[in-house]
Amino acid sequence: MKHTITLTINGESVTSEVDSRLLLVHFIRENLDLTGTHIGCDTSNCGACTIMLNGLSIKSCTYLAVRADGAEITTIEGVAPEGTNHPMQQAFHDQHGLHCGFCTPGMVIRSIELLKNNPNPTEEEIRWGISGNLCRCTGYNNIVKAVQQAATEMQKES
Amino acid sequence: MIPSNFTYHKATSIQDAIALSKTHGEEAKYMSGGHSLLPMMKLRFASPEHIIDISKIDGLSYIKEDGDFLKLGALTTQTEIEYSKLIKEKYLIFSDAVKLTADPSVRNVGTIGGNIAHGDAANDQPALMLAMRATIIAQGIDGKKSIPIDEFFHGFYMTALDASDVLVEIQIPKAKKGSGGAYHKVERKVGDYATAGVAVHVELDDNGICQEIGIGLTNVSAVPMRLERGEVILRGQKITEDLIKQVGKIASEDAEPTSDLRGSEAYKRSIVNTITQRMIRLALERAQK
Repeated sequence: MKHTITLTINGESVTSEVDSRLLLVHFIRENLDLTGTHIGCDTSNCGACTIMLNGLSIKSCTYLAVRADGAEITTIEGVAPEGTNHPMQQAFHDQHGLHCGFCTPGMVIRSIELLKNNPNPTEEEIRWGISGNLCRCTGYNNIVKAVQQAATEMQKES
Repeated sequence: MIPSNFTYHKATSIQDAIALSKTHGEEAKYMSGGHSLLPMMKLRFASPEHIIDISKIDGLSYIKEDGDFLKLGALTTQTEIEYSKLIKEKYLIFSDAVKLTADPSVRNVGTIGGNIAHGDAANDQPALMLAMRATIIAQGIDGKKSIPIDEFFHGFYMTALDASDVLVEIQIPKAKKGSGGAYHKVERKVGDYATAGVAVHVELDDNGICQEIGIGLTNVSAVPMRLERGEVILRGQKITEDLIKQVGKIASEDAEPTSDLRGSEAYKRSIVNTITQRMIRLALERAQK
C-alpha cells in the first residue's frame, strides 16, 4: 500500500509516495539520493544511519519512512550551508576524528545533538553520549577530542 | 534487511487505534517507538499484516505525580524519563535503568509503554515495574482496565493485554520518606541486553524496619521474575548484611537462566547473586537519605 508523505529535509519540502515497509534510511539514500547517511549494521546498533528527526538523533534504519510524514529531517548534507563546514565537521577534520569515515556522518549528527543538550560535556559524558555510534577504526580518542573542540568553538559562537 | 509486506495505519486517537485493531484482528500489531518490533520484523521473526502506529496519538506522553501515584504516559520516551527533573530527584531507579538501556538515539524513540508491552524478559523496565509494584492501565474494546504487574507477564512475548488493548499508562506508588530504589545490569557492551539485571525497591519505617520490598530480575527467566522468596525474608526485618547475603544466594538459586552467548548458567547465577546484594545495599542507602 502506498502512502503520500510530505516532509522537510535539509530545509527543502519533499512530497513522495512510499510503501508501508520502506525504511527511512532507504528513502533518504535511494529516493532522495542523499547518500551521506550510511547503512552499517542495519540493526540499530552501529549508528551509521543516524539522522536528526525533529531535533532528535535517531537511527533511520529502524524507522519507517511513512512515520516521518510531517517531520523535519536533517542529514549530514544539511548540517551546514553548501561549501562550508559545521563546527562539528571542522573539529572532526582538525582532530583527525575519522579514519575510513564510514561512521562519521552518524557521529557528527549524534554529537551535534549531544552538545545541544549538554554544551560543555565531560569526557565521560561524551563517551556515553556517542555510545550508540560505533567506529571500527578504533578512533574514539580523536572523536572525543573533536567533540571537545566543537563544544569550545560552539560556546564561543553563542 | 526489509520487513515483509504489511499495511500501515496511523491511529489518531486511542479509540481509532482500538477500532483499527478490531477490524484487522490478530493480524494487526500496535507500534509505538518500534525499536523492539521493527527489528524483529526486519529479521522476519515477526510479520504482522497490519501495523497500527500509535506513536502520533496526543496526550500519552507525561511524567507526573498525581494522588498516591507516579503516572507515566505509555508513549513517554526513555529520553524523556532520562531528563525528567522529577525522576532525577525522586525516582533514581529509573535513572539507573535508562542510562543502561540501548543508547541515546534509540532512547529518543523507544517508549516505556512499548518496553513493557513487548513482554520480553530481556527488557529492563519490567524488572523495575515488579520491584515498584506498578499497575498497568490498558484501554480496549470494553473500556479501561487496571492490571497489577504480577498478573501482566504471561510468557515469552506474551502479556495480559488482549490484541486490541492499548497500554496507556503506568502507575507506580509515589516515592515516600524512607523509600528508595536501584537498578543495575551487567552487559557485555553498552546498549546490550542484560546478561543479568536486578531492580530493588525498599520502603523503611522510622525505625529502619523494612515495611515493603520489591525485587525484580531481568533476563534470567522466560518471564520477568519477582524474587518472592527474597522479599519474604526481608519484609518486616531490619535489613542486615547477613540477610542481604542470604537473599543474594536465594537469587542465584531461584533465577532460571540459560547458557547462551552472554554467559554460562553458572556465571549468570553468580552475577545475579552479586548484583542483588549490591542493589539492596544501594536501595537501602538511598532510602535512608
